[in-house]
Amino acid sequence: MKERNLTCIVCPRGCALTVRFDGAGKITSVEGNACKRGVVYAEKECTHPERTVTSTVRTEGGAVVAVKTATTVPKEKVFAVMKEINAARAPRSVSIGDVIIENVAGTGVAVVATANI
Amino acid sequence: MKQIEKELVIIGGGPAGLAAAVAAYDKGLRDILILERDVALGGILRQCIHNGFGLHRFGEELTGPEYAARYEQQVKERGIPYMTETMVTELRADRTVVARSAAMGIFEIKAGAVILAMGCRERPKGALGIAGTRPAGIYTAGTAQKFVNMKGMMPGKEVVILGSGDIGLIMARRMTLEGARVKAVCELMPYSGGLARNIEQCLNDFDIPLLLSHTVIDIHGKERLEAVTIAKVDERRRPIPGTEQTIPCDTLLLSCGLIPENELTAQAGVPMDRITNGALVDGDRQTEIPGVFACGNVLHVHDLVDYVSEEAAIAGEAAVRFLRGESKKSILVSVKTDGKVRYTVPQILTEAKDTRLYFRVSDVFRGKKIVLKAGDRVLLEKKTVKLAPGEMETVTVKAEWLSELAEGEISISLSD
Repeated sequence: MKERNLTCIVCPRGCALTVRFDGAGKITSVEGNACKRGVVYAEKECTHPERTVTSTVRTEGGAVVAVKTATTVPKEKVFAVMKEINAARAPRSVSIGDVIIENVAGTGVAVVATANI
Repeated sequence: MKQIEKELVIIGGGPAGLAAAVAAYDKGLRDILILERDVALGGILRQCIHNGFGLHRFGEELTGPEYAARYEQQVKERGIPYMTETMVTELRADRTVVARSAAMGIFEIKAGAVILAMGCRERPKGALGIAGTRPAGIYTAGTAQKFVNMKGMMPGKEVVILGSGDIGLIMARRMTLEGARVKAVCELMPYSGGLARNIEQCLNDFDIPLLLSHTVIDIHGKERLEAVTIAKVDERRRPIPGTEQTIPCDTLLLSCGLIPENELTAQAGVPMDRITNGALVDGDRQTEIPGVFACGNVLHVHDLVDYVSEEAAIAGEAAVRFLRGESKKSILVSVKTDGKVRYTVPQILTEAKDTRLYFRVSDVFRGKKIVLKAGDRVLLEKKTVKLAPGEMETVTVKAEWLSELAEGEISISLSD
């Protein structure tokens, strides 16, 4: 039986998770989680890990505005997302929630502003 | 000098100041003024563009600017007055606040109550005593964060980080995402001071090595940083000869602890806690100078802004009770710690009501019990799996224990 140790990143508590797999690589148990979100995280992390990307986008006015991916994106796409974020330009005036990039790096996820400028 | 009067003056418009203002307003107070030295409200959250804020307070995961904007909106919706680009330069024990701004010049405010919410700052290079030259390219992690996130400028390309506090970990990821190469994070202690989730998502995700029990012992380069020499340290934190390695880099970021910014507090003569470097306070977050309250990172350094908001709301409401003459000091109980528990906030309990003590431990402890005692009488025992200095803990002191005790001490300690 295979085992994998993870640190849950869902909340600041950072539970130490132990994930066990059967011979076929299927998850049989998750331990160490203080809440249900830990199980969901462990399953995702062992199949298709995802991350939220936060960064900044240059505005037409020359300032930078903080942005994030509206939801998590596949972990292997993080640098592709960053490349598009760095090539993007935001308008001079931006409000929280404004969509800056619609479908970033083919993930189907939008990049949205997280600050007002 | 222009003189004005205010019922409540809040020094600092970061998360603590904003939450204190909202809480005071919601308790019925209207004559409030927030003084903020930066160009906008929001404090350090404005540059903390990463996510992970607000899970406790708002039940959703926000970035720093989003969290700040929620409180800023609450302040603006209520029409609570604030002044930005206004620096408080003096605080007196009679609650006189001297401030200055381009718009107002130097002015004096006679305040009925004052809430200290100035936050903290990073331990600078000069306080670390690292040998070597003094080239460009050495920044605190927070300064680098401001360059990257607020100005859109990268401070360097090849980075070593000293200290594994959360800001250092966050900046390791941020610099990596922006194309820099972070070669190592060195931590003097045998454990990280940062949250476990940040080690996972900021270092492990990018294969950045975390070198525990390592420090920077030499700095190389004349104009610009060229390399640092690091070494392993022994249990007394002395470099071990023969373990030195030199890492070429153009940037060294320092994430070596935060210090509450208490110049004004000290100036007013507020008695301080030598461990927290913040004021000694009671359950209301009132200092030993009547009508002067403190909350947030100026009181003690927090890991989570959610707890800052919570603490600030306590101070905000208590300030209103003080102004109305409703504060009651019915008991006097001090909280003693055993060293393993480094400190508690509050340190003094003056009201017999359920009071949550926030505390930090001095080392990583596994399988210990938190023990609360009055003399020999055990009030509470709480089992723990793991305690670490980087994570703030809480325990609640019950009203009935306090009213029984009335005067004296309760102790908090760790035992097997």
